[in-house]
Amino acid sequence: MTSLRNTSDQAVSAVGRLPSAQASAMRRWTGARMAQIAVAPSLAIIAIVVYGFMLWTGYISFTRSTIMPNYNWAGMLNYQKLWANPLWLIAVENIFIFGGLFILFSVAIGLTMAIFLDQKIRAEGVLRTIYLYPMALSFIVTGTAWKWILNPGLGIERLMHLWGWENFHFDWLINPTYAVYTLVIAGVWQSSGFTMALFLAGLRGIDEELIKAARLDGAKSFQIYRRLILPLLAPTFLTVAVILLHQAIKSFDLVVALTSGGPGNSTQLPATFMYMQTFGRDQIGVGAASAVMIFMTVSAIIIPYLYSDIRRVSHEG
Amino acid sequence: MKDDDIVLARGPSFYVGRVFIYGCLLVFAAVYVFPLLVVVLTSLKDLDDIRSGSILSLPVRVTLQPWYDAWFNACVGLRCTGLAGFFANSFAMAIPAVAISTAIGVINGYALTQWRFRGADLIFALLLFGVFIPYQIVLIPMARVLGIIGLANSIPGLILVHVVFGIPFTTLFFRNFMISLPGDLVSAARVDGAGFFQILWRVIVPISIPCFVVSIIWQFTNIWNDYIFGATFTSGDGMPITIALNNIVNTSTGVKPYNVHMASVVITALPTLFVYIFAGRYFLRGLMAGSVKG
Repeated sequence: MTSLRNTSDQAVSAVGRLPSAQASAMRRWTGARMAQIAVAPSLAIIAIVVYGFMLWTGYISFTRSTIMPNYNWAGMLNYQKLWANPLWLIAVENIFIFGGLFILFSVAIGLTMAIFLDQKIRAEGVLRTIYLYPMALSFIVTGTAWKWILNPGLGIERLMHLWGWENFHFDWLINPTYAVYTLVIAGVWQSSGFTMALFLAGLRGIDEELIKAARLDGAKSFQIYRRLILPLLAPTFLTVAVILLHQAIKSFDLVVALTSGGPGNSTQLPATFMYMQTFGRDQIGVGAASAVMIFMTVSAIIIPYLYSDIRRVSHEG
Repeated sequence: MKDDDIVLARGPSFYVGRVFIYGCLLVFAAVYVFPLLVVVLTSLKDLDDIRSGSILSLPVRVTLQPWYDAWFNACVGLRCTGLAGFFANSFAMAIPAVAISTAIGVINGYALTQWRFRGADLIFALLLFGVFIPYQIVLIPMARVLGIIGLANSIPGLILVHVVFGIPFTTLFFRNFMISLPGDLVSAARVDGAGFFQILWRVIVPISIPCFVVSIIWQFTNIWNDYIFGATFTSGDGMPITIALNNIVNTSTGVKPYNVHMASVVITALPTLFVYIFAGRYFLRGLMAGSVKG
């Protein structure tokens, strides 16, 4: 902050040598031009790699592309193939299971930790550091570590046996029915600390006077949380939900590292399905169609959110 | 919440509550530390030790052999050359990509906030969308384009990809940082006769150091941890470390050397963990900026 004030002072003291108003207006004009020229390359790059590639993929999804993109029109053929593919249906079902549980547990655990940490806890900094370090890790690292922990022979099952719980049985990683839940375990482990940080920031942003007033009125802590604080956290809930949902739909690395989509394709998600069709099975057209479905789902969540956010911010100033 | 100023009766129930809260927080902490502990312990054992003990038992004989093997001769498919080369690849990819994307971000943030021109907000919104797109939608065209311009399966190709998809993030960081700077800063320098880049270099860059730290940390972590771009656009010796790690773990020739796998996990995680431990505050700020726009 001091450096900020210093530069400001220097700049202001320089106003003494005021050039003519005309020259100043001229500089403002060229400056604004320079600003436009400076952003132009980025805008062009993003126009190509985001918007252009989006349309390109969209176009490929309507063609008979297999091992290489080609441009023979196929109409809705790839979309029909996609929705007739049992693997895609599994992937879609899994994203609902994984996404739903991932958000539910991340929110529940993150919120609990945030509320507890907000009770003037000694060593809050240390605890926060511990809760958040998974966010620094690659999902490949997390997935590989959990794959070892959940190893049916040598992992947590054996640990329980050695600790005396002889008939403890835990084979989710190789069980087609339950393998998808191992993704939830590792995903929540990785992301709940981040959720905690968002909720903690939300809690710290609440006006203390409101809470004091409620307390003077004789409200109990539990009531204060339920009636006052949680409703005030509504915007944080929305942010958390959007981010986690977005993260879930994009989930790719975690599946690759933890289950590789198995056993027996039981843990495919839309993102891994897209990758497998496109780069593994030379079905680029179907891969592109699935990418379009993923993209449209993310857009349906993100665009309204961004729109309302930008509007809100521009209203506030 | 401060409740100091209100005198509360602190009966036994208060202390029961405190014990409960501390107990829960410690259990959570144990859950978060557990995988790291398991991974490190496993990386220090030999295979007999792994088979006779549990994932939490201490090594009978501490050995650094798995670390040596992970670094020098772990097998990626049929090639047993260890992680060293892939570790170097990831640095060769991350350092230029972080530097270039951050430099572009500071210019964009400055241009979009300090020289309010018509359409600046629209341009920002168009760039911002790049933060949220699922990369599946760009993979096929990107693979084609990298092939056409001759950068497929190369570190420069990955640098290019990480720079272009990093621009939305770095622009977001710098734009949001600079929008709260006082406006008279630039107008005063302007009156003084300084031009666009002079003001950027002399006035804006020095006061944006905290934002540089956030941008560099965020970009480094994301690029180091990337899997999908590396897996799609590279193979063989040109792979970044995350892809090599995954291949090492899935290479099945005979007995699985779990200890070497876990040493590889730690080696892959060390650079970003190091960044997190020494600059956690800025790391968190980056996370928040990515989620709370405006």
